[in-house]
Amino acid sequence: MQDSHATAVHALQHHFADMEQQRETSTFGMWVFLITEIMFFGGLFLSYLVYRLSYYDAFVAGSSTMHTMLGAVNTAVLICSSLTMVLAVHNAKMGHRKLTVVFLILTMVLGFGFLGIKAVEYHEHWVAHEVPGPNFHFDHPDAKHVEIFFSLYFAMTGLHALHMVIGIGLVSVITYFTWRGRYTAGYHNPVEITGLYWHFVDLVWIYLFPLLYLISHRHGGH
Amino acid sequence: MSEHVIGVKTFFLVWIGLMIGTIVTVLVAQYNLGPLSAVVALTIATAKALLVVLFFMEVRYSSRMTIIAVISGVFWLGILLVLTLSDYISRPWLTYPTQ
Repeated sequence: MQDSHATAVHALQHHFADMEQQRETSTFGMWVFLITEIMFFGGLFLSYLVYRLSYYDAFVAGSSTMHTMLGAVNTAVLICSSLTMVLAVHNAKMGHRKLTVVFLILTMVLGFGFLGIKAVEYHEHWVAHEVPGPNFHFDHPDAKHVEIFFSLYFAMTGLHALHMVIGIGLVSVITYFTWRGRYTAGYHNPVEITGLYWHFVDLVWIYLFPLLYLISHRHGGH
Repeated sequence: MSEHVIGVKTFFLVWIGLMIGTIVTVLVAQYNLGPLSAVVALTIATAKALLVVLFFMEVRYSSRMTIIAVISGVFWLGILLVLTLSDYISRPWLTYPTQ
């Protein structure tokens, strides 16, 4: 305990009154960053919804090509990775260094799993000529607007995948520092705010999945 | 005490809730509920999002300042979505004598 107290004092930056204030500030700062991310993805979600309203048939046709099973499995993979992340943060709070490392590694493995499944889906779209550009081909009277659907699909899932890659990068750094014993029960803010980032990426997918994969029904009359 | 420690049991319960939500939303999507499809899918998504934000991101146990920041972020997103969509959705309602 003497040791962890010494580390805690060492971990306190001079511009904070105490560890509690420092912890509050890092959590608050991360949330402010995440809110800018919400607005960033919000703009994409909004354009998707507006185009979907405008070119409903084309969007339903594009959305019908989605591999729902792969999307569902990927949702489950992400939810499991959020669970392992939350367990890593919990063990960091408890000061269990080894368990924290184990759960952080599990989180990264699941993150790679998600990206792998996503790559399989991208490959299927590539083979089917569904990637926007000169090779785009789609049998639909309104193919031009199906192309808009696929542009938004690749922009949204691509940016989400980029966030996953960044997340895995952050977790790998945190894993290294945890393994080296930098964090203690008294000081583990970086583990916590990396966790916040990871859960945010999960949140984005929770909305992407139904919007892109699930609500592609032709309503009567259309 | 500074940090609130949530029991591991809570995390597993939230995880089970999220998995059930995912299975339900996939099963419901097999049926054509008309315009309700989107409403049901997004309601389930929002329930899952709340579970993640409140328990995994520990907002339920965060300081008031953090909670206010989160709520205002969602509120601004609401302005973006509601005002723009109410415009686009209501445009066909208008008819002009010239048309």
